[in-house]
Amino acid sequence: MKAAVSLIVVLALVVLAYLGTGLGQAGFIFGIVLPYLALAVFLVGFVSRVLGWARSPVPFRIPTTCGQQKSLRWIKHDRLENPFTAWQVIGRMLLEVLFFRSLFRNTRMEMHQGKMTHGPSKWLWLGAIVFHYSMLVVLLRHLRLFTEPVPFFVGWIEAADGFLQIGVPVLYLTSLGLLAGLGYLLLRRLFIAQVRYISLLNDYFPLWLLLGIGSTGFLLRHFVKTDLVSIKSLTLGLISFSPQLPEGVHWLFYAHLLLVCTLFAYFPFSKLMHLGGVFLSPTRNLASNNRAVRHVNPWDYPVKVHTYEEYEDDFRDKMVAAGIPVEKQPQPAAAAEKE
Amino acid sequence: MAKATFDQMEYYDPQQIAAVSHRPPAGGWMDTPVEFRPGTWIYPGKAKHLEYLGLPNPRDWAVTDEDWKLPDNWKEIVLKGIRERLDKYRSFKVFMDVCVRCGACADKCHFFIGGGDPKNMPVLRAELLRSVYRNDFTTAGKILGRLAGGRKLTIDVIKEWFYYFFQCTECRRCSVFCPYGIDTAEITMMARELLGLLGIYVNWVIEPVANCFRTGNHLGIQPHGLKDTLEFFAEDIEEATGVKVDIPLNKKGADILFVTPSGDFLADPGTFTCMGYMLLFHELGLNYTWSTYASEGGNFGLFTSAETIKRLNAKLYAEAKRLGVKWILGGECGHMWRVVHQYMDTVNGPADFLEVPRSPITGTVFENARSTKVVHIAEFTADLIKHGKLKLDPSRNDHIRVTFHDSCNPARAMGLFEEPRYILRHVCNNFYEMPENTIREQTFCCGGGAGLGTDENMEMRLRGGMPRGMAVRHVQEKYDVNQLCAICAIDRATLVTVCDFWAPGVKVTGLHELVANAMVFEGENERKLNLRLEPVDELREEAGNA
Amino acid sequence: MHDSGKIIGGLVIFVAGLTFPFWFTLAAGQADYRPDPERPTGQKHCVEDTAYMKAWHMDLLDHWRDEVVRNGQRVYLPDKRWPCSRDEDCTGGFCQQGICRYDMSLTNNCLECHRSRARFCDRCHDYLEVKPYCWDCHLAPEEE
Repeated sequence: MKAAVSLIVVLALVVLAYLGTGLGQAGFIFGIVLPYLALAVFLVGFVSRVLGWARSPVPFRIPTTCGQQKSLRWIKHDRLENPFTAWQVIGRMLLEVLFFRSLFRNTRMEMHQGKMTHGPSKWLWLGAIVFHYSMLVVLLRHLRLFTEPVPFFVGWIEAADGFLQIGVPVLYLTSLGLLAGLGYLLLRRLFIAQVRYISLLNDYFPLWLLLGIGSTGFLLRHFVKTDLVSIKSLTLGLISFSPQLPEGVHWLFYAHLLLVCTLFAYFPFSKLMHLGGVFLSPTRNLASNNRAVRHVNPWDYPVKVHTYEEYEDDFRDKMVAAGIPVEKQPQPAAAAEKE
Repeated sequence: MAKATFDQMEYYDPQQIAAVSHRPPAGGWMDTPVEFRPGTWIYPGKAKHLEYLGLPNPRDWAVTDEDWKLPDNWKEIVLKGIRERLDKYRSFKVFMDVCVRCGACADKCHFFIGGGDPKNMPVLRAELLRSVYRNDFTTAGKILGRLAGGRKLTIDVIKEWFYYFFQCTECRRCSVFCPYGIDTAEITMMARELLGLLGIYVNWVIEPVANCFRTGNHLGIQPHGLKDTLEFFAEDIEEATGVKVDIPLNKKGADILFVTPSGDFLADPGTFTCMGYMLLFHELGLNYTWSTYASEGGNFGLFTSAETIKRLNAKLYAEAKRLGVKWILGGECGHMWRVVHQYMDTVNGPADFLEVPRSPITGTVFENARSTKVVHIAEFTADLIKHGKLKLDPSRNDHIRVTFHDSCNPARAMGLFEEPRYILRHVCNNFYEMPENTIREQTFCCGGGAGLGTDENMEMRLRGGMPRGMAVRHVQEKYDVNQLCAICAIDRATLVTVCDFWAPGVKVTGLHELVANAMVFEGENERKLNLRLEPVDELREEAGNA
Repeated sequence: MHDSGKIIGGLVIFVAGLTFPFWFTLAAGQADYRPDPERPTGQKHCVEDTAYMKAWHMDLLDHWRDEVVRNGQRVYLPDKRWPCSRDEDCTGGFCQQGICRYDMSLTNNCLECHRSRARFCDRCHDYLEVKPYCWDCHLAPEEE
């Protein structure tokens, strides 16, 4: 149901682009107004979201330690899983951000004849890695349409990505990786009962949206070709703030563009913000050196405690009777009476 | 024999519990109300404890009551409480925003594994709170409501929070696997603070907190009682070893203040670990002291609120200062070390009146504790063994085939893995690890941490203890393991039940009980009895026959 | 503990990276550059429509290669039926029964009109960072 609704929304966007640019003459809106708007929403939204997180302090240093602590000199310290210094934290974060370290640990609980196992389970990690790296490469490849001159590394990426030299223009591995990764992430959400149970509309929508972007892009490269020189003249016009709408560009391009704009505008308000959030997670980005270096809580305030004096007042007689040393001797009953 | 009741282990059948289904129900989770089944929830905090601590809305009430006697403006209090915590904790804010619901955490939670209730998947436990956050604190949620995953805050939501946030032991196993490090313990702590604003506590937590505030320890042992207890231990020690130990109590001018969870004073087998400390310190001739005022290493404030952590923890530094010690040595405890390692210096430091800890026996300076000035006993003892300062005869423990249970907090909030193992290998000849995905940072909780280890919660404890229990049974079947060593007082209290249920025949022990039983003391007797006053020869024979 | 410096630094890097096309292109000063491939003079038309050739020429060449190499078929009958009365009307092709037909050959046909790879092919290809592997085997006439 949630999956269907979000699919319908994405399809409706494609239809909208067709109505607007295939039948109608709304290229100005789809090609110029919306891209500017989406980018502005994305930049402002993303930055303010991260700054919003940054405004809240980190009162306590709470890393999740996943390896041996640094303690005695002769015990091997696990620097990356239990970092003690800033550089070690950077190492841990690089593993997390670049290689999805924590997800790589994933296990799967199974029961076999009353015995429980927790075997390794790497599919989710693989699907996530394939999708994210494909997405990154696809984005970098798109630089050829957004820069003039095209920076040197774009050609390298293209050559590496298309090294199989299948078809004309060549098929990129990451085009397939993107769609396969997304497809896997969607299928597991639909068919693993527990994952389906926890899934919200907000989980299906970005998947359909990205699948829409990936498939329209794939179609435009391989099946519904359109004049790329015109398209690049549009993008260069946009980035130099003197946009001009080219003639004769296929409506499917505008559908692709509308979906991309939707993604950009939706991004800051969605779970996709994990892109920024992963860097700010206090269980990962802090050194576990709490006993060696004091962490300060900016909103720390004095609290009501039970002081030793109050405690001794409560129990002085019993302490004295038991021969436990006290600070203040009890006044002898007789002396107290005289006063 | 009377029929067992829901708060007794015998009431439950391991096979039936192990046949748990993990299939989620048909209806959506937002529409499934909580069902308070006996054995799965904990009695509420009594009014007198709340009053003593000055906490809001003290009253006596029952979980099964329709009316929980909340203040009229309860909703406003909770929403304001959320706002305040979003502004105070980046962790809370980020964790509310970035979860992608990938579900990697689902089968990492011992309560979900053993119970099958989908709301015990860490992701869904967090969603219980996150749905309210989305509804009232995000733009999308305010406009789209349910469509954006939002849910209105109702009394039923509060009841659900109570049920499920007291079915989380804050063990942090899920956070090891989360790609964003989302820590359910942090979310549970926030939720418990929010419930606390309405006067909703569980008695198993808040009574120890009140006790600790007044008497210095969770069990409410008064100073003379503590002295009696330690003297009683000294008698047993003498009977077992022939060694007469002294009991320095509130001693000014001691070098070291020793603090351990008060569970070690009261309940077997923790008591034997406590005797182990006493023997160790005696043999070393350590100039140390116990304190009746700071007689609690643990800190149930961790299960209550950040403020309560600070209120209870303050005694440690205050007492160290009063007694003029150089540094603090901490005993075997789980959550105590979360507090000591991650909170103590921040909430009650800087401890500039103490010295950087240095072992008076080996001269080792504990650089890793140079600011907080608290050293873990496993670090201390491992250093002693490394320097050959202990005379050990591990064959004295030859009847023991031991496995080691990493306690959640020393594992995932500290990384204390090798020190206890190093010690264990030097005091026992038969040490076997449980399967690798159930130890170290992936260790499974005992099922009774974070204030859940009470008998009225028996069903959940047994369910939550299932993954650990099954791993113990595995090594019992494979290696004839007959003891489980744990460095946590809650473990020593709750794993006894878990082992009796899931791996009957496996006994629970503390690390320093094993150390003391293997130690050769100056002037000792023939050591015919161990610290439990069991005849060692018989145990050996039994083990040999097995 | 806010770590504002690190976070703002991170954001600056992120925004700088994201807006890379803007400042990179503006700094290079070539944002208004549009490729202008040199058109052959005096020719009437290409094998197909210009609009079609812009988008699909790579498929056409690919198709030609397969036809020639795999099927031994060398004559191309355009989709666009250019009417003709003699070979000169067909711009490098030949007139047969009043319709232009072409030899499916890059070297002998295309490059006869588009004699410079640098001034024709490469202009758009460079603009769009396309590196076709035609030139692994073929040579353009002006480079010979």
